Amino acid sequence: MSATLFRTSTAARSALRAGASSRAAAIASTSFVRGKATLPDLPYDYGALEPSISGKIMELHHKNHHQTYVNGFNAATEQNQAAEAKQDIAAQVALQPLINFHGGGHINHTLFWENLAPSKNGGGGEPTGQLKNVIESSYGDFSSFKTKFNGALAGIQGSGWAWLVKDNETGQVQIRTYANQDPVVGKYTPLLGVDAWEHAYYLQYQNRKAEYFSAIWDVINWKAVEGRLK
Amino acid sequence: MAAQAKYTLPDLPYKHDALEPHISAQIMTLHHTKHHQTYINNLNAALTSLTTAVSKNDIVSQLHLQEAIKFNAGGHVNHSIFWENLIPFSSPNAQPSAAPKLCVALIARFGSVEKFQEKFNAVLLGLKGSGWGWLVQDIESGNLEITTSKDQDIVPVGKKPLLGIDMWEHAYYLQYLNDKGSYAKGIWKVVNWKKVEERFESTLEGVFGTLAGLRNNL
Ligand SMILES: [Fe+2]
Ligand SMILES: [Fe+2]
Ligand SMILES: [Fe+2]
Repeated sequence: MSATLFRTSTAARSALRAGASSRAAAIASTSFVRGKATLPDLPYDYGALEPSISGKIMELHHKNHHQTYVNGFNAATEQNQAAEAKQDIAAQVALQPLINFHGGGHINHTLFWENLAPSKNGGGGEPTGQLKNVIESSYGDFSSFKTKFNGALAGIQGSGWAWLVKDNETGQVQIRTYANQDPVVGKYTPLLGVDAWEHAYYLQYQNRKAEYFSAIWDVINWKAVEGRLK
Repeated sequence: MAAQAKYTLPDLPYKHDALEPHISAQIMTLHHTKHHQTYINNLNAALTSLTTAVSKNDIVSQLHLQEAIKFNAGGHVNHSIFWENLIPFSSPNAQPSAAPKLCVALIARFGSVEKFQEKFNAVLLGLKGSGWGWLVQDIESGNLEITTSKDQDIVPVGKKPLLGIDMWEHAYYLQYLNDKGSYAKGIWKVVNWKKVEERFESTLEGVFGTLAGLRNNL
């Protein structure tokens, strides 16, 4: 598998930048409209996150689930362009939930793959540098932060994500949960995302989701998370 | 609010493997003994906390508990309805012919039973995230409608649930993986049409049975 997360198409490079800042995310969404969104390659093999996440889960999650969001986003975008051409505002408004869902699914999964890494390749451990400072300033210490983050994941009622985000006004970080595929946009910059949909863990952990939430810390790519802080 | 009743896991009206091959025994076992049980445990815990908050006149805690009560009670209500509207494929009640009056109404409303099923499945596949698909009857007009509820929301006031299908990933993932279309097709093989007909002819209270008291507290 390719060592880079993204193919070199415009849309894919924009998706990568979407992780860097919310301003870039806005740019990414306009270039998505012009080109087709594509499924990014993973920067590691499907089995590379074992035992935290099984190879079977990673393969289905990437090749099937993420691809479905990419396809759904491209289809909704095409319909939206047709509606724009006809100046059909009602149709454009009606398409927004689909664009939010599939576009959000594409952005969220792209960021997720990138903020994971095999344990033998930098995954796990603790944040360092500026990231460590901002986490400690909001949560006291890393272990309290992890406990809070796991509590947020466990509290999601239905499908959704937990994120460590940066508040763009204050520069402070906080844990927030988002329903379904709602993306982290607007006032916040996404730093670290964990997928709490059942498809993210069910084949391996079934209903024991707390075990998944606990195991995922062994494969967090803190360098990638820190990179998004800048 | 003293001596809050504890809710308990209802037995299934069939064995865990009875819906094979359309829903695997592993799914049914986990879904019933783990997922449904967890909603009940969390509901009972939230109700106990609520009793304490009421006795202390702690209105803020009472409000904070509403979300957990709504979600977990909804999970209990929805799953109880779901188990009852399923039945082994070999049963004569797994055929639409076991619901003659409902079929007349479905044909009048949707054109045919098959068209109703197609429409229902399209609605199931359109869910964005966890939730349920429902055939409901509007209590005022008597009209049949296909609707969805998100997460563990129950069907809204004014609607009587006739048939509920769980579209959470835990309901199908171990067997169907991401192919939720095949689950949506397969589930029709094990729908208890006789039970759906009973609900069609029943009052709202009759549909919810012993759950009616719980529902009225939501
Ligand atoms: Fe996912
Ligand atoms: Fe459920
Ligand atoms: Fe369920």
